[in-house]
This record gives sequence, structure tokens and C-alpha cells, in this order.
Amino acid sequence: MSRFSLFSLARNALFRHQHWQPTWRDAAPRDAYDVVIIGGGGHGLATAYYLAKLHGINSVAVLEKGWIGGGNAGRNTTIIRSNYGLAGNAPFYEWSLKLWEGLAQDLNYNTMVSQRGVLNLFHSDGGRDAAARRGNAMRLHGIDAELLDQPAVRRLAPYLNFDHARFPIQGGLLQRRGGTARHDAVVWGYARGASERGVDIVQNCEVTGYLRDRQGAVVGVQTSRGRIRAGKVGLAVAGNSSRLAAMADLRLPIESQVLQAFVTEALKPVIPGVITFGAGHFYISQSDKGGLVFGGDLDGYNSYAQRGNLPVVEDVCEGGMALMPMLGRAHLLRSWAGVCDMSMDGSPIIDRTPIDGLYLNGGWCYGGFKATPASGWCFAHLMATGSPHPIAADYRLDRFASGYLIDEKGQGAQANLH
Amino acid sequence: MRIPCPYCGDRDHHEFVYRGDAEPSRPDADDEVFAYVYLRDNPAGWLKEHWYHAQGCRQWIIVERDTRTHEIAAARSAREDGR
Repeated sequence: MSRFSLFSLARNALFRHQHWQPTWRDAAPRDAYDVVIIGGGGHGLATAYYLAKLHGINSVAVLEKGWIGGGNAGRNTTIIRSNYGLAGNAPFYEWSLKLWEGLAQDLNYNTMVSQRGVLNLFHSDGGRDAAARRGNAMRLHGIDAELLDQPAVRRLAPYLNFDHARFPIQGGLLQRRGGTARHDAVVWGYARGASERGVDIVQNCEVTGYLRDRQGAVVGVQTSRGRIRAGKVGLAVAGNSSRLAAMADLRLPIESQVLQAFVTEALKPVIPGVITFGAGHFYISQSDKGGLVFGGDLDGYNSYAQRGNLPVVEDVCEGGMALMPMLGRAHLLRSWAGVCDMSMDGSPIIDRTPIDGLYLNGGWCYGGFKATPASGWCFAHLMATGSPHPIAADYRLDRFASGYLIDEKGQGAQANLH
Repeated sequence: MRIPCPYCGDRDHHEFVYRGDAEPSRPDADDEVFAYVYLRDNPAGWLKEHWYHAQGCRQWIIVERDTRTHEIAAARSAREDGR
């Protein structure tokens, strides 16, 4: 496949853009592969890309039941950040952010990474203490963090409701390197890079079961497009991890819950980066097209429906109006929902399963998008070498039994609290 | 989504607190506690689940709901199950 450059753009412009080639190869499945990845979202495609690029494993298929990027990769709010406080999380998400920073060059595909900052506001002395503690934890991990006082926040976003009677804005914790990326460009960029290295991307191919040998090990998959044998099978199907695990008689510490998001009509540039409300659950950013993209809490019950209910719409809009009253003048264009793999401690799982040949990448809760590059990087490492990558070593499946939970929010063992 | 509370009638789900899958029950053996606390069937389809009518009759009820469509087939008091 040809490289994208100013030169290739000019050359194609000369020929009235008649000769652009397909970005990636829509493959038919072969009988056997070294590795089969189930799930053609960002994580699955990134895994295939890094398997081929870093580990020299090119006999790889990515199986997708619909079209690539049509699941949660296309249903998130595209925020990237690494403002985590726990040792199990911070190095992983920081590596992910570093990969984001070089992703467009690495993939030769414009992922539209826009580091305009992520600002977490606080509204009380206790909130300031928590923000300072988190910021210090980040800096100890070598991640950028700045504690802003109220005048500094005012300079960034003068339209916020600073003098709210109950939740006055006292300041915020800013990660300047955070921001947003273009969700479908990430999916297509990884698909192009993987396809270029020989990976087969197979769409409309739903996995309906596993092929097992006499010892019970997984040696392939049964799909809607036939049987495919595989040396190793990796799940990257967050939202549906429990369903794919159940086909192998495996129960996971995961519940599927629904998270809604919203976008307004396109407006002139007004919001620098991402702003989050510290007294309720509300976060907002502005897309490159100008729409204000925002969201809030989970709906709070098990769901695979990819749509939510009105109480959360109301709650999100109340949060938005409390933080940013001008939001009430904008027209809401669309709302949607994604099915989130809510793990019981709010952190992901990248690990082998008790079944030989079957590997799990899931439990991303509602933080999977920002993790896409590092998730693929670490899952590829695990599947290629058989041992976990050091920065993802704590994302074990057995941590729930052993007690080594990574409970970033400190909420306990209930999926809908994270 | 409206939940047909057996005591109060059809009420908005906003009035309820969700607890989740109603199937797991507290085990006697220590080595089964992990599965009880953490592991879930998490089906895409019909699920029996506990809801607490916090802003109504304050009773626990068991709702049978399809997680793919949010359709509700039945709701009854959790007491009927001896919980």
C-alpha cells in the first residue's frame, strides 16, 4: 500500500483522485492462522498490528462480527489521558499516551490526536486535596500534572459557572498532554498497518463457538464463515467478553452495562480540551467538527441494548447546566450508548485464561478508548511471548480471587459503581 | 424504562436502586465466596435481577428483564423467594 504524503496527495489530485487504493484489505478467512483475534475494534486491530510489527507474527486474523470500528470504538467520547493515581494503572496509561503522541507518524495515518488538555475541576477543599494527591501521584510516575487555582481556570474557560451557590469552582487539575483523538481514524490506521503486514481482517464473521482438543485447549473458532484453526485465540470484545467467555464455559468478574454520550450542533471553537465537573459526573469536549461532545454516568443496570434511558439524560444535562450554563442554548443533535465491560474493580484484564490457547483482553469499563495503543501493545506481547508485559502485569484475571484489586475509585466490588 | 412494582404499580426506574443479578446467594463454604462476590453469568437476554424501590414502597423486588431490549416480563416481591 502506498504511503500517504503531501506528494501522494498532489499526485492523486492531478488524476482527479481516481486512483486511490482501498486503505486495507477486506479478507476472506483462511483455514488456519497462528493467532486469531476476536473483535475488530481498536484494541483487536492494535493487537494484530503490534503482533505483526513488533513480534513478527504475520499469520493473524482479526474476526469482526459486523464492520470494523462499529462497536465501542465508534461509541465513545474519544478522550485520551493518563491522569491515574495507582501504580498498577499509571505506567500503563502513560505508555498509551506516549504511543498516541507518535501514532500518526507510526501508522502514517492521521489519527488527529489533539493534546488540548484534560481539566478536572474541584469545588471544595476536600476536592482540592484529592486533586493535589492525584497530581502528585502522577508526577511521581513521571506524568505531567498542574494544579490550577481559580483565576487560572478562569483564564482557560471564563464561561464556567464559577460562583455556583453550591458547587463554586475552586480550581482544577490539568493534564496538558491529555486531549482527544479521532476514533475511526485510529481503527482504520491500525487496520491499514496490520493489513499491510499480512494480517487478514475478516468482517461479517461472528464467532459462534471454540474448537477444543482432547485436553480442552482452544485450538480454533467456529464462525458464521466456517471453522478456523488457530494456535492462539485472543478476545478483544469488551462489552461482550462474558458472552464469548461463556462459549468456553468461563465466568468472568464482569457485567455489561450501558454508557450514554451526546453531541450538540457544531459551534465555533469554545472549549479548550476536555473539562470535567468535580461535583457530579459530567465531562465535555469539542470535536474537530465543532460539536460539543459530553457524557456522564453509567445507566447503572446490566444491558446489551446500546441505548440508555431518560434518567441519566436528565442527570447529565443537570450536571452540564450546573457547570456551564451556556450549554442550555445549544441544540442536542444525537445521543448514543455503548455497552461497557464493567469489571468489579473498575480496571481492565489483560491475561491468559485458565483455558490453554485462550487469552483475554477486556473489562475496560468506560475507559477503553484512551488505552487502545497500549492495550494492543501489551496484549500482543502477552500472546507472542506468553508472559505479561511489565506495565500490564497487574491486570491479572485472578486478582479478584487473590485480593490484588486495582480499585482506582475505591468503590468496592460492584460493577455499576465504577 | 418503567418497572411494574407489585405494590406501587408502574414506576419510572429512576425511583429504584439496582443491585444486579438475583441468582447468586450467599454461600456457606468460604471457598465459594469469591464466585459469589465477583463472578457473573452476565447474559445477553433474560435476567432475573434485584431492584430496591427506594423512592416508593422500599421493598426489594425481583424483575425479569431482557438485557438486549430492556423489555420487562415480570416483577414480584423478593420475599416470595424467601430472600
